[in-house]
Amino acid sequence: MSQTFILDGKTISFADGQTIMQAATQAGVFIPHLCYHPDFKPHGSCKLCTVKVNGRQTASCTMRAIAGMVVESDTPEINAERLALTQMLFVEGNHFCPSCEQSGNCQLQATAYHLGMMSPHFDHFFPNRAVDASHPDVLLDFNRCILCSLCVRASRDVDGKNVFALSGRGIKTHLIVNAKSGQLADTNFTLDDKAAHVCPVGVILKKRRGFAVPIGERTYDKQPISATAKAVAEER
Amino acid sequence: MTYQLETAQHPEKLRRVAIDPVSRVEGHGKVTILLDEQNKVHQVRLHIVEFRGFEKFIQGRPYWEVPVMVQRLCGICPVSHHLAASKALDVIVGAKKLTPAAEKLRRLMHYGQMLQSHALHFFHLCSPDLLFGFDSDVTKRNIVGVAAAHPEIAKRGVLLRRFGQEVIRVTAGKRVHGTGAVPGGMNKSLTIAERDELLKDIYHIVAWSRDAVRLIQKVHIQDPGLYNSFGIFRSNFMSIVGHNGDLDFYHGTLRARDDNGKLIFDGVDYQEYDRYIEEEVKSWSYMKFPYFKSLGKEHGWYKVGPLARVQNCNQISTPFAEHERKEFVDYAGGTPMHAPLAYHWTRMIEMLHAAEVIKELLHDDDLLSDNLMVEGERKMEGVGVIEAPRGTLFHHYRVDENDLITMANLIVSTTNNNQAMNEAVRHVAKRYLHGREVTEGLLNHIEVAIRAFDPCLSCATHALGKMPLAVELVDPEGQVIHSLSRS
Ligand code: SF4
Ligand code: FES
Repeated sequence: MSQTFILDGKTISFADGQTIMQAATQAGVFIPHLCYHPDFKPHGSCKLCTVKVNGRQTASCTMRAIAGMVVESDTPEINAERLALTQMLFVEGNHFCPSCEQSGNCQLQATAYHLGMMSPHFDHFFPNRAVDASHPDVLLDFNRCILCSLCVRASRDVDGKNVFALSGRGIKTHLIVNAKSGQLADTNFTLDDKAAHVCPVGVILKKRRGFAVPIGERTYDKQPISATAKAVAEER
Repeated sequence: MTYQLETAQHPEKLRRVAIDPVSRVEGHGKVTILLDEQNKVHQVRLHIVEFRGFEKFIQGRPYWEVPVMVQRLCGICPVSHHLAASKALDVIVGAKKLTPAAEKLRRLMHYGQMLQSHALHFFHLCSPDLLFGFDSDVTKRNIVGVAAAHPEIAKRGVLLRRFGQEVIRVTAGKRVHGTGAVPGGMNKSLTIAERDELLKDIYHIVAWSRDAVRLIQKVHIQDPGLYNSFGIFRSNFMSIVGHNGDLDFYHGTLRARDDNGKLIFDGVDYQEYDRYIEEEVKSWSYMKFPYFKSLGKEHGWYKVGPLARVQNCNQISTPFAEHERKEFVDYAGGTPMHAPLAYHWTRMIEMLHAAEVIKELLHDDDLLSDNLMVEGERKMEGVGVIEAPRGTLFHHYRVDENDLITMANLIVSTTNNNQAMNEAVRHVAKRYLHGREVTEGLLNHIEVAIRAFDPCLSCATHALGKMPLAVELVDPEGQVIHSLSRS
């Protein structure tokens, strides 16, 4: 049975149990997001997907669609808030796009472009975080972690390994590796794990790959991030 | 080869003149001159603020990031750092010999860089001095003035540079700070369309480069009194030379000669550069002073860059540039030319060579090949050396078993020329400033000497001829008694 709601003036149909994010994506409407991934249970932490439902703010990745609801997403006001959140993520970690191998494939960078971010605006924290290069095949560069918990969910729910966890609270929250030594080499993590391939930024990296993909052929060279929803819709 | 004028006997009694920052060089430099009441020069120093912090910064980073990261050292010749680092890391990933396609694509990128950098330096930064004179009207002594008086020359300067940038774009993916080279090879080849686009322009690029050599040759020969002696000092010189002693900007072995042209060393594998070269630290400068170990600090310093390279090689492999090299050698009379202003002439010979090599490469189908990567036995240490537009550039890294950088040492071209530039400035100060009232035109003479070396002092670039210049004359008590500024 097809039910609908209104998103930015457009009628969107949805199935029972679908979130606003899922229904919008299927309909080819992009809502910015970082901690949402279609393969995993939503986490609702980054708040980038915030929309207004009947005038009240809510995370569209966790909110179930209800027939007849009126949702605003692509408005100057909401986008300004998304921009501010994105800028905060940039200053909170060390995101040096010019020398980052994930540049062009990074969801944070692509989202910043999408939102028209010209500068980080806020003062940089410049946190001092060491990389973990102990694993033979995978490098962890914690400098770029945005705490989306996708690797935590992938390792726990898909790989059944629990390699990663978020530890600490509030501004002190950080990603840890579940090993006595805290080192990735001392876990049973492998390059085949789902968790090795879900990081939206440049933390969990296949070693020695670096800049193998030339400029022009990277994910977001070919299409902006906003086109990803359209691609999903077209596939259906 | 002396240290005259490096340190005054009684600096406390002297007036200080600072040219800060030196304009129309890339980045920041400062010259301080100590004068007494009769305007006699007692001490001259070129201070260069160099970003040595970089070597610390990349420690603990994964090695494959480095070729892209080090480009941030410089906005003018990032490709040189990109390639020198890649060459050092080739050694580390065991890529003893790259595939023909990878080597040629890198060479193409590098010669494109050489072309654009030399064109920028000559047309934008130096042609105002060379065409109008060193103490000509300061309001016209800039590229805008050149465009008004010699529109064709200015236009070619712009187009030559743009062509070089285009070569970089198709090989590195971007005009500035691309990727392109990776340890063990390249990440892209050329498409036929990209190649053909460049082929359309290369013939007049070669022709214009020939004209540029003639232009500077004429300017030089017309005024030998000035061009053969301005800022002159004798020194050793060094560069890499390629196969058979050919001029080669991308790869070769180290060769050094003394001021008479006699070989000091030759055929040196640059993996062992630190057995031949040492760097001295001086308290008054952030930039180190390298010298040949065998000759010691006092006599072992040297110059690098176009003037060194063109006189160090046995021959140039491309016909037009080789013809011009012979003309130059003839003019010099069979002994090495040491005049700093001869840098300009040799720089244009190099630009012509770069254009000719690009032309040859564009006719080579290897550029279209996808056979781009090799690897071999992993090593812990590697050195990469390249002839950057401004001279020999060394990148040296150590990597641990987890792939992180544990040590980095860079000797950049401008550091190699540090002592040489200081000498040139001292000679000019003595000849032109000594005993005279300091004027803007006279101070520009100092800058002309520095600019001949095309020093790349940091990563900044500046608006053409608009860089603020402040000069202060300070008495022994530190009081400013006279100041000059242009902004
Ligand atoms: S490492 Fe990546 S996937 Fe894991 S929490 Fe951080 S940003 Fe998310
Ligand atoms: S995507 Fe919804 S809160 Fe992160």
